[in-house]
Amino acid sequence: MSADNNVSRRDFLKTTGIAAGTLVGGGLIGGLVGYNINGKGTATIEHGNGTTSEAAGSPKAKMFFMNERDFKILSNATERIFPKDDLGPGAIDLDVPYFIDHQLAGQYGSNSKEYMQGPFGEGSPTQGYQSRLTRAEIFKQGIAKMETEAQSRFKKSFNDLEGKQMDEILTAFQKGDIQMSGVTSAFFFALLRAATLEGAYSDPLYGGNRNMEGWRMKGFPGHQMAYITMIEDPKFQKIEPNQLGNH
Amino acid sequence: MATTLPSVDVVTVGVGWTGGIVAAECSKAGLKVVGLERGQKRGTEDFLSIHDEYRYAIRYDLMQNLSKETVTFRNNRKMQALPMRQLGSFLLGEGLGGAGTHWNGMTFRFLPYDFQIKTMTDERYGANKLGPDYLLQDWALNYDQLEPYFDKFEKTLGISGDDKNPFAGKRSSAYPTPPMKMTPMLQQFEKATKNLKLSPYMVPSANISEVYKNPDGETINACQYCGFCERFGCEYGAKSSAEITVVPTALKTGNFDLRFNSNVVEILKQGNKATGVRYIDTVSGEEFIQPANIVVLTSYVFNNAKLLMVSNIGQPYDPTTGKGTLGRNYCYQILPGASGFFDEQYNTFMGAGSLGMSIDDYNGDNFDHSELDFIHGGNIALTQTGTRPISSNPTPPDTPTWGPEFKKQSIHYYTRSFGIGAQGASMPHKENYLSLDSNYKDAYGLPLIQLTYNFTDQDRALHKFISARAADIMKEMGAKTIVPNAEITDYNIVPYQTTHNTGGTVMSSTPDKGVVNNYLQHWDIENLFAISAGSFAHNSGYNPTGTLGALAYRCAEGVVKYSKSGGALV
Repeated sequence: MSADNNVSRRDFLKTTGIAAGTLVGGGLIGGLVGYNINGKGTATIEHGNGTTSEAAGSPKAKMFFMNERDFKILSNATERIFPKDDLGPGAIDLDVPYFIDHQLAGQYGSNSKEYMQGPFGEGSPTQGYQSRLTRAEIFKQGIAKMETEAQSRFKKSFNDLEGKQMDEILTAFQKGDIQMSGVTSAFFFALLRAATLEGAYSDPLYGGNRNMEGWRMKGFPGHQMAYITMIEDPKFQKIEPNQLGNH
Repeated sequence: MATTLPSVDVVTVGVGWTGGIVAAECSKAGLKVVGLERGQKRGTEDFLSIHDEYRYAIRYDLMQNLSKETVTFRNNRKMQALPMRQLGSFLLGEGLGGAGTHWNGMTFRFLPYDFQIKTMTDERYGANKLGPDYLLQDWALNYDQLEPYFDKFEKTLGISGDDKNPFAGKRSSAYPTPPMKMTPMLQQFEKATKNLKLSPYMVPSANISEVYKNPDGETINACQYCGFCERFGCEYGAKSSAEITVVPTALKTGNFDLRFNSNVVEILKQGNKATGVRYIDTVSGEEFIQPANIVVLTSYVFNNAKLLMVSNIGQPYDPTTGKGTLGRNYCYQILPGASGFFDEQYNTFMGAGSLGMSIDDYNGDNFDHSELDFIHGGNIALTQTGTRPISSNPTPPDTPTWGPEFKKQSIHYYTRSFGIGAQGASMPHKENYLSLDSNYKDAYGLPLIQLTYNFTDQDRALHKFISARAADIMKEMGAKTIVPNAEITDYNIVPYQTTHNTGGTVMSSTPDKGVVNNYLQHWDIENLFAISAGSFAHNSGYNPTGTLGALAYRCAEGVVKYSKSGGALV
């Protein structure tokens, strides 16, 4: 893995908050309006603040984050990691932040299938995760640290930073340069990056990968019963994706 | 406190491939068998929503719940061992079928060389090719002795394969079903390896090519190439596993009592005989004693060793003195290979767990090691198992790991790249072993098993050599960019590598070299058997299940034999 991230050299989103919330462009592939989880047509509402929500039958409510600022910091960070581009939507339009929020409220957030008994030793990197903190605790602390870091570097809220400035902070986290308690900032960043990709590409049943746009961009057909009739074909197969909810 | 249950002929600890085979063979022979499975019942009907990468492949829904039990790990004796808090390097099974439910299904036979590795290596290269720190030893059976059991295992599963591997041991019969389908990617590999004067053949597969009825009357369906094998169960009943073959066979006899949520915590013994096992019902918390004439340990490598250790059976291995056999010869596998990036687009998301082509030209002693500073090698394969979007984000070298360029490249190359990978054989080393941890406990108050393991010089040399061969093939296949796997340094338990852990309860010709004899019967306690990949004296350059299944049939034969004659079978 490259330790350095050159995203800071690319001012991809000029004004992250606005660009991320805009549906033009990304909507060309598949279209976001009309996505529905319950079989009823629902309309997308933009808040103009980097978030969108469904008018009805919506999974877009928070189970874990308590205030808008923290949720927006998460949203902006995931968008920098997986930005909207001419291929299709970024993390925000894919509802990745809601996916992460929902995951943090459950088994993932509480590490309930993992060995969490002490004593806790620091160990060597080859021994893996040795923190007493759960993922929920790490995210909470990490998001708060991102805000503190924005204030100390730029005297602004993380959510008011330019994209390049956000990237500078994320890169510092990735390099382990930010002091965190009970966990390294590099570990938090790795968790955030992994969760972003998980939200972009997991089945829409988890609340991310909105309207299967993540799969559509990538050419992954999702849940298909069989490829037996086409696997020998030398041609690349473009297949409209299918999700488990349509089983 | 504990309730003592009526005695039975045989009790197995764990019901996956090995427990299922022992249960099927013993119950068919008329023995009353109890199978104690710590996990839950599961089967084909539970896998209708299995095409869920996040739940099963990322969050490990079918695998061991580590909050109850895990292993501790350190690279060497100077380090403090710490618990493996999250699954990573290997994925332990739990529940009916064990890890054999979420396996890929590649079913090789180890090479004749493997079983006589010490003798044959010494003959060709002189004694001490590797030096005294490597505990190389012959197995307690040679290939020809094991051949009938390989044959039996393959027929139970309906393995699909061809007979084009010139390095394979002699077969008494052809594969039960024809090879899997040939895809464009595999054709390209076949052509490239032939150009390089190598000998490609189809990976023997337990995702089978056509509907098959096995000799026990169980039906396995035809694979649909849906791309969800590894880490998943099969919704078609088309991937051979214990729960669709040997377990129903055992149940049909009426002699098999299969109990779930039953976690064995101790092997009970009196004098030099086992008397049964003590287990906990993990739902009610009640404790039971299951007396049995014969106890068979059929759980994974780590738990078989742990149960012997916590029950004070056998002498634990001491790396300082070299004395003791329990925990010795822990081996793993190393993963040389090369990634290739192409301009053409491939249907990488289609596949089956063991759909692949491979070569054995650089496996075993199939090539000359005179000028090389390692022995053995690995099966080099191109497999098309179905890449999935969360875990597959391939990018060419120097691509950032996040941001716009990462997104663009990882999406572009998702269907334009693949790897050629080898399973590098792993040789036993005196510093790599299993023991009991003195600090950390499981949910039942027992010590966790401790793994002391690091890669060796042999591993590093093998890895480098085989990665270069994989890169040669990739070049011949026409990849635009080729990235050989980075050289290995220290073993790291975090990234997934392989669930091919072996050793610790080794099968041996003499009691000073292992824990069980060639019937998998314990050297000290004649009515106790232990079968797992822990029985392997080293790990070969193949997936272990084919060899494990053969040994399980050998073990089952030993159990039936012992039930009639008693005494040491060897």
